[in-house]
Amino acid sequence: MSASLTLVVLMAVLYGTGVYVMLERSLTRILIGFLLVGNATNLLIFLMSGRSGDSPIVDGSSGPGGSGMVDPVPQVLMLTAIVINFGVTAFILALIYRSWWLSNLGDEGDDVMSDEEEQDAAEADAALAFHAGLEDDDEAVRHVLEEAGDGADEDAPPPGGEPSEHDRDVMR
Amino acid sequence: MNALVPLLVIIPLVGAAVTLILGRYPRVQIVISVSALTLVTAAAAVLLVIVDHSDTPVVVKVGGWEPPFGIVLVVDRLSAIMVVVSALMLLGVLIFAVGQGIADRDRDTPVSIFHPTYLILSAGLFDAFIAGDLFNMYVGFEMLLAASYVLLTLGGTGARIRAGVTYIVVSLVSSLLFLGAIALIYGATGTVTMALLSDRIRALPLDVQMILCAALLIGFAVKAAVFPLSFWLPDSYPTAPAPVTAVFAGLLTKVGVYAIIRTDKLLFFDVPLTIPLLIVGGLTMLIGILGALAQADVKRLLSFTLVSHIGYMIFGVAIGTELATGATIYYIVHHIMVQTALFLVVGLIERVGRATSITRLGGLLKKAPYVAVLFFIGALNLGGIPPFSGFLGKVGLFEAGAESPSPLVYALLAAGAVTSLLTLYALMRVWNMAFWRPAADVEGYSSPMIESLQESPDAVNGSATGVATATGTSTLMVGATTGLIALTLCLTVFAGPLFELAQRAAVNVSTPEQYVDSVFPGGAP
Repeated sequence: MSASLTLVVLMAVLYGTGVYVMLERSLTRILIGFLLVGNATNLLIFLMSGRSGDSPIVDGSSGPGGSGMVDPVPQVLMLTAIVINFGVTAFILALIYRSWWLSNLGDEGDDVMSDEEEQDAAEADAALAFHAGLEDDDEAVRHVLEEAGDGADEDAPPPGGEPSEHDRDVMR
Repeated sequence: MNALVPLLVIIPLVGAAVTLILGRYPRVQIVISVSALTLVTAAAAVLLVIVDHSDTPVVVKVGGWEPPFGIVLVVDRLSAIMVVVSALMLLGVLIFAVGQGIADRDRDTPVSIFHPTYLILSAGLFDAFIAGDLFNMYVGFEMLLAASYVLLTLGGTGARIRAGVTYIVVSLVSSLLFLGAIALIYGATGTVTMALLSDRIRALPLDVQMILCAALLIGFAVKAAVFPLSFWLPDSYPTAPAPVTAVFAGLLTKVGVYAIIRTDKLLFFDVPLTIPLLIVGGLTMLIGILGALAQADVKRLLSFTLVSHIGYMIFGVAIGTELATGATIYYIVHHIMVQTALFLVVGLIERVGRATSITRLGGLLKKAPYVAVLFFIGALNLGGIPPFSGFLGKVGLFEAGAESPSPLVYALLAAGAVTSLLTLYALMRVWNMAFWRPAADVEGYSSPMIESLQESPDAVNGSATGVATATGTSTLMVGATTGLIALTLCLTVFAGPLFELAQRAAVNVSTPEQYVDSVFPGGAP
């Protein structure tokens, strides 16, 4: 069995840095460490496959029985390991996001409104303010009318109070 | 009949796919997952009968490829026993989970994800048990671990995420160790098929064998929670929902023990493992049970006893005679059942008493006499009181130990007896506090028995889950728990035939030549 020295050194460096980063407290770094160590392990499997050679699909070009063929089994193992690492990485990313969410927003974070809901609420508030503004205007007009003459308009609408809960719901 | 073997993995996987698609129809999901697990249980039982009668392992070459090139699935007596027992447990716990979902109308657990994940966990578990090559076993482990990550963090509450991070990081490291060990073994022997490995590893120099064996065993020991590598377990299991904790406690650690038995008996039987395993096993027992004594939370207490009782199995593996292996297999079966059942009982306690800490529980005997009876039987069983299977398993182990005497073995026997007594003490304290003590005494109660207890770090209102405890139990939950407790009693009633079966399985396991012959009828290439 002959192994490439470059790959051996690379594997050692990946293992070393990976373990070092994994020992940190932050989840993101643990994830990075896991990725490095995972790739180092993949390299280890690759190194164990022995000499390099032709690709393992026998098409007649590489002698009978594929004598110059590279060992296909470690490649299969690596491929499977890569897929598994990929899935686990996705899960850890979700976990990191959730843990960030919980630590920054707490359990109340789940009740925070989304952008759309926030916009709706802002619009409803603006409409309410506008409505109140209209009532102020009415009030001012009525005041002017009252001052202009004692023959006040009998049909003037009764002074409006705060909009009822029902009105607010309608405006939303 | 060979077609039954792949079905053990295929049925749960197909079930998982279908339940995932039908996420919006919880009732259909329940029907599918229950029937999938029932089918698997039936298939596994048939396989056990076949394997036991024919006395040769059933070997299936997946895709028709011959063994050293293709994947083989091998079911011998040990695999069949493990599959049958775990399928029964999975089914029981699933019924409990369904009952719980009915009882609290699916508030905390997003049930649409629960069923597919649970079925994938089962598929991974069965795959690990029937795998005939190391890499397939790794894939099985990864399947069940990935599913367990999801189950442990169901709902994504703060406590569960915290516990999940510990569990996931530890599991990932152990998986990478396992994978690295596979790479090294492949480098040394050029194969991952276990039957061929068994042959080729013997040809290696002993020091190389020892390195490979240690690499593999460390990976498995993390999963089995063997002493120096067990500290992750009591921190992560108790926060999960009750049925999930029950499955994890009953089955996940036992996969590690199963893998250790295979490594020791099939792959590395030349490596002298007795003394290191004895030491590690004894420390696992003692340190685990001392941890249990300090816990106020019943779930944490049970997690520590779980660690401690793994020590008995390691003790049996270490002695290594056929009698010891048989007793270990019986003990594994006993422990899977009783630990699962006890965690389900705690799930009931949590609902009836609205807490899991014994400093807050009280008067449960009056409030829920039936739950009290279930807990009492389970506790006596785990503590090893004579008529129950815990006692029989321990007697078998001690007998096997006494037959191969050495000072270390005698020390281990003493440690085993002490551990058994302390288990009983810890569980009877739970009984005295939670069930026997009148509810009126809970406020301001002081006793040397609960003075120095530690509450769970995540405790909210005395519940380790950290989630507002739902109340109310359904008939299904109580029924499933009763069923499991009844099964543990069957281990006593049918102890004779079961012990003989375990002995025959041990003969299987201890003669690797038979395993190799069944995979390579014409001799190993």
